[in-house]
Amino acid sequence: MIVVPCPNCGPRNSGDLRPAGEVVSRPDPATCSLSEWREYLYMRHNPADWVTETWYCRGGCRRYFTIERNTATNEIRGQEAS
Amino acid sequence: MSNRLPTQPGEVIDRSKSLSFTWNGRAVTGFEGDTIASALAANGVDVFGRSMKYHRKRGIMTADHWDPNLFLQVGDEPNVRAGSRKLQAGMVVSTQNVWPSLKFDLAAANQLLGRFLSSGFYYKTFMRPRFLWPLYQKVLRKFAPGGEIHWKTSKHGAYDKRYAHPDVLVAGGGPAGMGAALAAADSGARVMLVEHYTELGGHLRWGDDAQRARAAELGSACEAHPNVEVLVDSTVTGRYDHNWIAVNQRSHPIAPERLVKARAGVMVVAPGLIERPYVFAGNDTPGVLLAGAARRLINLYAVRPGEKAVVMTANEEGDAAVADLDRAGVEVVAVLDARKGEGIVSVEGKGRVTKVTTTDGRTLSADTVVTATGWTAPTSLLNMAGDRPIYDPSAARYFSSGDLPPNLLVAGGVDGDGSTDDLEAHGRATGALAANRALRRRHDRVSQTARANPPTWEKPTEMADDRTPLARSAHPECYRSSTHGMVDFSEDVSSKDLVQASKEGFDSIELMKRYTTVTMGPAQGKLETVNAAAVLADANQVAMADIGTTVWRPPYSPISLGALAGRIHEPVRRSALQDWHEAHGASPLLAGQWIRPDHYGDAMAEATNVRSNVGLIDVTPLGKLDLRGPDVPKLLELVYVNKWQKLEVGRVRYGTMVAEDGVVSDDGVTGRLGENHWLMTTTSSGAGAVWEMLEDWLQTYKPEWDVHVTAVTGGLTSINVAGPNSRTLLDRLVEDVDLSAEAFPYFSVRTGAVAGVQNCIIWRIGFTGELSYEIHVPSGHALHVWEALLETGADLGCAPFGVEAQRILRLEKGHYIVGQDTDGLSKAPTAGLGGLVKLDKTDTLGLPELKHAYERDDLPILVGIQTVDGTIVPEEAAQIVDGDSNRIMGRITSSRMSPTLGRSICLGQVDPSLSAAGTEITVLMADGKRIKATVQEHHAHVDHEGARQRV
Repeated sequence: MIVVPCPNCGPRNSGDLRPAGEVVSRPDPATCSLSEWREYLYMRHNPADWVTETWYCRGGCRRYFTIERNTATNEIRGQEAS
Repeated sequence: MSNRLPTQPGEVIDRSKSLSFTWNGRAVTGFEGDTIASALAANGVDVFGRSMKYHRKRGIMTADHWDPNLFLQVGDEPNVRAGSRKLQAGMVVSTQNVWPSLKFDLAAANQLLGRFLSSGFYYKTFMRPRFLWPLYQKVLRKFAPGGEIHWKTSKHGAYDKRYAHPDVLVAGGGPAGMGAALAAADSGARVMLVEHYTELGGHLRWGDDAQRARAAELGSACEAHPNVEVLVDSTVTGRYDHNWIAVNQRSHPIAPERLVKARAGVMVVAPGLIERPYVFAGNDTPGVLLAGAARRLINLYAVRPGEKAVVMTANEEGDAAVADLDRAGVEVVAVLDARKGEGIVSVEGKGRVTKVTTTDGRTLSADTVVTATGWTAPTSLLNMAGDRPIYDPSAARYFSSGDLPPNLLVAGGVDGDGSTDDLEAHGRATGALAANRALRRRHDRVSQTARANPPTWEKPTEMADDRTPLARSAHPECYRSSTHGMVDFSEDVSSKDLVQASKEGFDSIELMKRYTTVTMGPAQGKLETVNAAAVLADANQVAMADIGTTVWRPPYSPISLGALAGRIHEPVRRSALQDWHEAHGASPLLAGQWIRPDHYGDAMAEATNVRSNVGLIDVTPLGKLDLRGPDVPKLLELVYVNKWQKLEVGRVRYGTMVAEDGVVSDDGVTGRLGENHWLMTTTSSGAGAVWEMLEDWLQTYKPEWDVHVTAVTGGLTSINVAGPNSRTLLDRLVEDVDLSAEAFPYFSVRTGAVAGVQNCIIWRIGFTGELSYEIHVPSGHALHVWEALLETGADLGCAPFGVEAQRILRLEKGHYIVGQDTDGLSKAPTAGLGGLVKLDKTDTLGLPELKHAYERDDLPILVGIQTVDGTIVPEEAAQIVDGDSNRIMGRITSSRMSPTLGRSICLGQVDPSLSAAGTEITVLMADGKRIKATVQEHHAHVDHEGARQRV
């Protein structure tokens, strides 16, 4: 279980939070094509590297926030992590 | 025969406390402080069990936790490690893995078949023919090792879990670990010191007077230090990312085992060293001991390990064992000094060692062989942090590569050799460094927490790692004699098997491990890994350093499933009325997080009463979200498929939600209580998810919208008053609200007082299909309102109804339930939302998928279904098939017997080709019968026009 820094509650066990996944941009649903929409729905970069992702402070302040995490090392940028 | 020695200076047994227990049915006694094994050895027991594959007789070898021969059944607990488990009065101890008895074991015939039971025997023999697999399984299971579990009768009570946040966690309570704990604690760090055995001290416990004295001093200092928490009989079983550390605490006063989940600032790894067996013919014969085992038996438990001993020594531990044996009155027949090239070739003996052959050609008569041939560094916790230890041939063991994260430090024997003082000093230096890093980290963490007070103490300046490394003493490489013997005692894998595996091409250590199962037994490589690598290096004709080792993964030693499961902390939610339901005979129904009344005795009668009189149901688990702000309509337009901008104050509307992939995700009624005040209801199971979803869109997508969401599910108790008499009943109790059909039409909301309780929200809707009102009462007054309704409505036939009656009623009315009548693939057209869905919005969840779904003609359709024979109620999830074939055309999603119609009714999803009213379909029942059914024109089986609810 990694430690994720919540901007309100400070560093918390990831079990207190819910990962909401990589940050993706939502296309305009009124004008985008179906394939663009499905790209947004299902396709993720999932690199073994730095990724910007959203977390939800479910057991605490209920804030959604983003962090940068290295998926290969679980290092979290700007915060102290192993 | 008693092997108990006179009082030894360092003995840990209390001779004034005799403990009675049984061994294979025989009554025996030991002393408090004994391990099960030491008590049995004191009683003259040589043979403790049989080995796994060849069923060879086995005795004490290491006399500690890692002893591969001391897995015993104690009462209803299998695989108890008798080398470390303390004896308790009344224990019922027996051998495992023998049949019919320890002395005469049928499967020992496997020894004669040894050459057929070599590496890969099971793979090679039992692969073909495949149809015999069940037979093989049945026979082999009889020969399988391990004790018996008594899962139906075991009463182990509650296991437990704990979270801890030490600055410094020290794994290992020997001189280095205790030194580290004290130095870290002196620096102001909060320290958790974890010791695997029941006392602190490590190897000093069975050492000389000075060593034992120092162990006692350090141990008392640790126990007394306010910053140190000592956990004995506890094991650090794993290290995970960000120093998440699992500690298995055994023999805790309130639980048989407790899993401590610790987030440590820095972990100091100080496990000491584990003594390694020597490989030679007969090395698993009872009577062959490690030097440490002999010393522990004599010094800790005052047990004489034998009469006549041959000692092979390559180090100080062996030399000390010679002295200890001497003192215990054991005749030391010969001391073979491995540093001078002397050694053992083989051992003979059936139940016990009788003859020893040495490298200089002597044959000696002895009943005991003691070997001290080197050490294995248990680097498991370092492996788990990514370290790949490196072999040092001059010291004949592995050392950390040094490539460790800054929150992990190594102290003591794993790092090198030295005197007690050297080890303690190394520990102290490591502890001080650990505290420095941990306190700096704690300072950062507190500073980073927005709502915490800033630290009142100063952040320590960073300390350099200028520790003097421990020296590495020269040690001869003693792994195997000229003969072949056991490498893995618990898996019965010999050096011969490993050589054969190498010849067959399994010449990488990882492949050889999986092929031969070496290191895969309960000892998990603690005793056998290095010997296995040495044998392989020899077979491959390469250097040890080029072999590498297998990767040590968690757990360091086994954890019971009970400890992993722990206690269930998830609370069950109860409405304010649940006590009343239980007092009035409600049958409990566990529904998601909630416990609810299923029925009060007769669900059919409850349903009929709603149709003919009036009923009350507690629907509190319905998710309720209080929405405030001028932008609520925008939010509703986004998350519901329909439109909300024009909903007037005082009106409610039904809405369905779909996710971004177009799948129906939730539904419910939302009402406008004021210009900027709304109440949203969700399904009971979806309450939490909808709340999180709304917050997500508001926080990450439209932060500029002015909307506040407050969950009020438990704060408001929801009571549905349903039935033709519901208006008459409410008229008697509601103040300030005109309930007439003209003033309070269907799908409206009013706020007023019910039975004197102000601020109740009343909305007129109808899940049951009857005239009905849903009242949301502040929960503190809910019981009063509930009882007032029942009392006031007694003459109107008012009675409670449960979830089952509601399910019958809603099915009669054809209302679908999200998640029951829809599934993870059901899109809006399947649910028959039709006119509800507004595709002309510029933004709504899943809009492109919704548009696409309505262009398709292949999506299944939810329809009302009635069986031709109305007495048959098809099972929910029964398949709808194509005639006599097994081609699946749909399934029944809901079915009940309808008390109103006196026949069975269903909802089901069918292929669009079957969706027209009047289509005859075939339902395949669970018993294989096929029955005929007809697709109905409407979802509703009763009153599809809604005449009953629009009065």
